[in-house]
Amino acid sequence: MAALANLADHYNYIITIFLMVAGLYVVIAHGNMIKKLVGLSIFQTSVYLLYIGPAKIIGGTAPIIDAAFGVYSNPLPHVLILTAIVVGVATLALGLALVVRINEAYGTIEEDEIFERDIAE
Amino acid sequence: MISIVNAALLTLLATVTVAIVRQRSLFGVVILAGAYSFLMASLLIALDAVDVAMTEASVGAGISTVVLLATLHLTRTREAPVRRHNLVALLLSVVVGGALVLGTLALPPFGAADAVIHHHVAPHYLANSVRETGVANVVTSVLADYRGYDTLGETTVIFTAGIGVMLLLRSFRGRRRARDDEDGAQ
Repeated sequence: MAALANLADHYNYIITIFLMVAGLYVVIAHGNMIKKLVGLSIFQTSVYLLYIGPAKIIGGTAPIIDAAFGVYSNPLPHVLILTAIVVGVATLALGLALVVRINEAYGTIEEDEIFERDIAE
Repeated sequence: MISIVNAALLTLLATVTVAIVRQRSLFGVVILAGAYSFLMASLLIALDAVDVAMTEASVGAGISTVVLLATLHLTRTREAPVRRHNLVALLLSVVVGGALVLGTLALPPFGAADAVIHHHVAPHYLANSVRETGVANVVTSVLADYRGYDTLGETTVIFTAGIGVMLLLRSFRGRRRARDDEDGAQ
């Protein structure tokens, strides 16, 4: 029973780590570059959860000051992750532009085929 | 203790992630990634991060999906079958996951008000931001005032990435037009 309560207390961390590991697996194991970048995005969004989860206080509310409320969740991780989201989409756009250029130069976006062509030349 | 809504949204996120890993059609992957971002935005609202949820819904589910679809239009929409053996990747992922789970065991339970991060600078922001900045939304006052240099750095990153994308794609368009002209002349 204690183990079950511990699991419920740490469930958000466990799912966060699962998302992180799934993103890592896609980045390593899949050769398709668009799929790789989607995996990288999943890795990034798991970091959002890693920051926002601990910021929550049970019984608290969104950090917008009002006389009707007394307890607020921690606003600092929210600010850090707002920055991270925008930087994440910037890196995704740059990566996808590189994929378009690679596709133009090699005619493929599969890592294995690109390596084969490099060795053949 | 975690609420039922949070637990359900977390489980759905994990399910969508498994679907993304298994999906071979890249169009399906992009649409599932959009669904993933909307689930993430809903979860962020449940975790009181309303500003982050707004940004994730517009940037993660909106702009990212559009950019990914544009890339699919310029490349191809099918992933080749995996030829390599993925055992090493799987093993590495499991080891990293196990180490991270071990690391979280000593962390404070979900939603605890006495956790260390709630007693650092956050109480100062919550107590003084209305008096010091005149803004009721603490996230706004921290983003634009207390940590304004962070936001300046963020803007620099977006500017640099924008220049990079423009340079890469402009040359792409120019060369394609030149090639089309050549084909037309022949």
